[in-house]
Amino acid sequence: MSNTAAVQEHHDDAHHGPAKGLMRWVFTTNHKDIGTLYLLFALLMFLVGGFMAMIIRAELFQPGLQLVDPEFFNQMTTMHALVMIFGAVMPAFVGLANWMVPMMIGAPDMALPRMNNWSFWILPFAFVMLLSTLFMPSGGPAGGWTLYPPLSLQTGNSFAFVIFAIHMMGISSIMGAINIIATILNMRAPGMTLLRMPLFVWTWLITAFLLIAVMPVLAGAVTMLLTDRFFDTSFFNAAGGGDPVMFQHIFWFFGHPEVYIMILPAFGVISEIIPTFARKPLFGYSAMVYATASIAFLSFIVWAHHMFTVGMPLGGELFFMYATMVIAVPTGVKVFNWVSTMWRGSMTFETPMLFALAFVILFTIGGFSGLMLAIVPADFQYHDTYFVVAHFHYVLVTGAIFGIIAGVYYWLPKWTGHMYSERLGKIHFWWSTISVNVLFFPQHYLGLAGMPRRIPDYAVQFADYNMISSIGGFAFGLAQLLLVYIVWQTARGGQKATAQVWEGAKGLEWTVPSPAPYHTFEDPPVIDDSKLAHGDVAH
Amino acid sequence: MKKQNIVVVILAVLAGLLLAVWGMFAVGDNMPRGVTEFSREAYDLHMIILWICVVIGVLVFGAMFVSIILHRKSRGAEAAQFTHSTKAEVAWTVIPIIILVAMAIPATRVLILMETTAGYEMDIKITGYQWKWHYEYMGEGVSFISSLDSASNAARIKNSGIDPASVDNYLLEVDNRLVIPADTKIRFLLTAGDVIHSWWVPELGWKRDAIPGLVNEAWTEVSEPGVYRGQCAELCGKDHGFMPIVVEVLPKAEFNQWLVEQKGPQDDLDTSGYAEAGDSAAADTALTSTVN
Amino acid sequence: MAHAKPDHNHYYVPHHAHWPIVGSIGVTALVVGAANMMNGSDFGVYLMYAGIAIVVVMLFGWFGEVIHESVQGFYNRQVDTSFRMGMIWFIFSEVMFFAAFFGALFYARALVVPWLGGEGSGAMTNAVLWQGFEAVWPTNGPANLGGEFQTVPAFDVPLVNTLILLTSGLTVTMAHWALKKAQRKALVLWLAATVALGFYFMYLQIGEYAHAYNELGLTLGSGIYGSTFFMLTGFHGMHVTLGAIMLTVIMFRSMKGHFSDENHFGFEAVAWYWHFVDVVWLGLFLFVYVL
Repeated sequence: MSNTAAVQEHHDDAHHGPAKGLMRWVFTTNHKDIGTLYLLFALLMFLVGGFMAMIIRAELFQPGLQLVDPEFFNQMTTMHALVMIFGAVMPAFVGLANWMVPMMIGAPDMALPRMNNWSFWILPFAFVMLLSTLFMPSGGPAGGWTLYPPLSLQTGNSFAFVIFAIHMMGISSIMGAINIIATILNMRAPGMTLLRMPLFVWTWLITAFLLIAVMPVLAGAVTMLLTDRFFDTSFFNAAGGGDPVMFQHIFWFFGHPEVYIMILPAFGVISEIIPTFARKPLFGYSAMVYATASIAFLSFIVWAHHMFTVGMPLGGELFFMYATMVIAVPTGVKVFNWVSTMWRGSMTFETPMLFALAFVILFTIGGFSGLMLAIVPADFQYHDTYFVVAHFHYVLVTGAIFGIIAGVYYWLPKWTGHMYSERLGKIHFWWSTISVNVLFFPQHYLGLAGMPRRIPDYAVQFADYNMISSIGGFAFGLAQLLLVYIVWQTARGGQKATAQVWEGAKGLEWTVPSPAPYHTFEDPPVIDDSKLAHGDVAH
Repeated sequence: MKKQNIVVVILAVLAGLLLAVWGMFAVGDNMPRGVTEFSREAYDLHMIILWICVVIGVLVFGAMFVSIILHRKSRGAEAAQFTHSTKAEVAWTVIPIIILVAMAIPATRVLILMETTAGYEMDIKITGYQWKWHYEYMGEGVSFISSLDSASNAARIKNSGIDPASVDNYLLEVDNRLVIPADTKIRFLLTAGDVIHSWWVPELGWKRDAIPGLVNEAWTEVSEPGVYRGQCAELCGKDHGFMPIVVEVLPKAEFNQWLVEQKGPQDDLDTSGYAEAGDSAAADTALTSTVN
Repeated sequence: MAHAKPDHNHYYVPHHAHWPIVGSIGVTALVVGAANMMNGSDFGVYLMYAGIAIVVVMLFGWFGEVIHESVQGFYNRQVDTSFRMGMIWFIFSEVMFFAAFFGALFYARALVVPWLGGEGSGAMTNAVLWQGFEAVWPTNGPANLGGEFQTVPAFDVPLVNTLILLTSGLTVTMAHWALKKAQRKALVLWLAATVALGFYFMYLQIGEYAHAYNELGLTLGSGIYGSTFFMLTGFHGMHVTLGAIMLTVIMFRSMKGHFSDENHFGFEAVAWYWHFVDVVWLGLFLFVYVL
């Protein structure tokens, strides 16, 4: 029996390294292996989703339809979102958590290593299924990633596949989140109290809670879609006493916390990087923790700001407007704390720091447009325009993705044992940061000028900004191939990294050699307050 | 650099930032002020909140750039080790709250204005279909379908060879415009026959979803006669981008004349095809009393 | 087989996991089969059953491996705590899954149906589209979807089912006491009673479904009432079935003497799950049947 064989093998050699060959990756229970799998999968999906974005921007390069039919264009916008959200951003953060959380809290591995393997290995199957719908005769889903009925119910044969793919991604996320919560709550080294944990661990603890709370709600929502489509139910059909808007309420009850699921871990990464390169403790550590928790709490009571135009009663519109505006307060606290951490520091500007600085500015711009969108009367104009597209790409691309990229540069030496090329890293940074603004900033104007989102063709007055945006898009897309090259080059070789890697780096992950050994902290480390990232344990 | 030079550099950077922001909105497109009371209110709110954000942004990013310029290791900066400041933290929690409250008050007032349909003089039912709009002047027996005009429709075919720039109002022209009278409070009743659509004319200042099985209310009162254009704003299938809205506002007298013309020779040729035609007829009767 | 002495100072990390990939293949076969079935293809059904079979084999293999390690004593207290946390958060995720359907019930009943009936902001909805429709509950909507139907009276079989589940909650607690006192025979008997009650619940519930479909005219297609009724009770029924199967497994494991008065996480996990199913039913009984 294979199980006994596995058990025996373990006890033959308690400290052995990784197995050889492909099966190492399929059967692995090691948090570093699984972290690597998540990150590589996310990178692959980032390229797939990015390719779809290139198709979108190519079609929008000039007015008139040149490349694709409207139906296929809609499939691209729908798939781009699903792939980027569930395939790129979320798995990338889970990958970072897998790699770093056990090392940051002094744990030997994740709490539930077998389940960890399954959390990852569901994803490739789910995405093969999802992407395969593009090749079905009826085409892939084209009703937007939000799957609003009744439109989504018009999807052809691919519909059930899409729903089941989302179910599988949900199962993966929930298992991943349970593992992270159990790891953080149960696997901390003695002395690593909750308020000594690095911010990245804190933000992931809260994110994992959000995931477990809302992914099942998404599962419920899409299940109702499935039964409305195939089993005669009428959840979203007014003729039967249901309501299409009810789907939007359930969906966004998931969807808004989901937004924070994609940004809170980035807050954590940035809160690690800025103190390191400012050589100064994180300002307001406990305020950061409470702000994160407040944002998470508020995320459950603001969902309907995604649907101000559905005709809610006035009381509902007012409630969701006020609640949404309140989010600006804890988010502001975070930004002010980051700036205060830099203040009177001793800063250097290696690539992770550059991305972190760009994150602070550009994410805040996305936050500003978010605050604008909260003002309901103005939202009646902004809603479903390119202004919204610009807003969420600022928070997701220059927010979440920049956070991930910053984290990758920051920890890559720890993972590979090699320094990446600082010169190429800086080129990648400037190229990405300039092009991403060329890509998304003009979209604010497009939205304000009246261009709706999700259209394959537009009136000629929108032509100039679309062309600029597309050029920025191609440049940004190209820049990410450089990232792939840098990662590949660093993995293969380069200047040896020291254990601490960065002069100002503090925290347990920097006490182990680079590359981190296959097993770390099999015996719990001794926690030394002066080596913690924030150095503010008294408060 | 000397300390004075640094201050000059920083001030220049800040001034440059402000100029850049101002310039972007002077050159770039902005939200239209529109032609209704509501659209102007929405525009004002938009500009207030925009400038609040710009000012906060300049302050925060300014502080950040000062720090980036002054507090760098290459200049020999030594890192301070402070970790918190209760005063500062209280300040940057309380001040944003005050700003938000100040912002919420006018927003609430404008929202209440928008959601008060009472006192309307005319009812128009708007029904969204894939991919056209159906307009019905309630109680007048006038209704018609409005879809993308033929010139745009020909040019928008993939590789049609027609330059969109050569088409007047490409994608923003319809065969039958929605004609409404000026200086009249009109209530719109929005619904849809298949999937969710959203009716949006930027110059009127709002969009509202048209949802199958439900009726949403919205209103407008336009003072300036003219032609105002918009588009469906909710993804509704493959031709979502090709169902524009054109509103033609006529002076009251001209509108009445237009309405009489519509009632005359035209057969009510379109309502028969739709499921709720019977219901609308019944609703017409119910609503006649409320229409002046 | 000979094993090295378990090391309780170290957290046990298995070096390979063969079952997850089997599980992924099984789940994929299951859903691809189900999707094909929904699209009307014949082979879909077989693929779905194959998928279910693979998943069942995976579950037995996976849990078998864990039980084996547990019995061998590889798990220290910390591993036990990880399992407990895993189970608690899993149950929390299940609670949120049901919350979505309860949310749909409350939203439809408290807001949508009154709006369709012309209350509040629904005045024009009713006047323009659904004239004559009055907001009542239960309803199959203004279009009378699925035709006339009657509801299942609360103080009939559902009440009996409530008592059955409450009793089963009691019996599983008795089993736990017996386990803590190391009385294996009593443990097995109480578990057997719990399992019997669980399956009897399902027997009655299936009978109710047949009654609803055949005599009451109440189906999944009976508008929003039928939708919420069958989806809530149906998912609950699936969970009861799963719970009863898990209890059965635990019963057999108890017979084999897998649990000690100190160490019996597997038992407790299933007991927690059973209580969760019980609590959901109380919610259902109140909001779906009584009110």
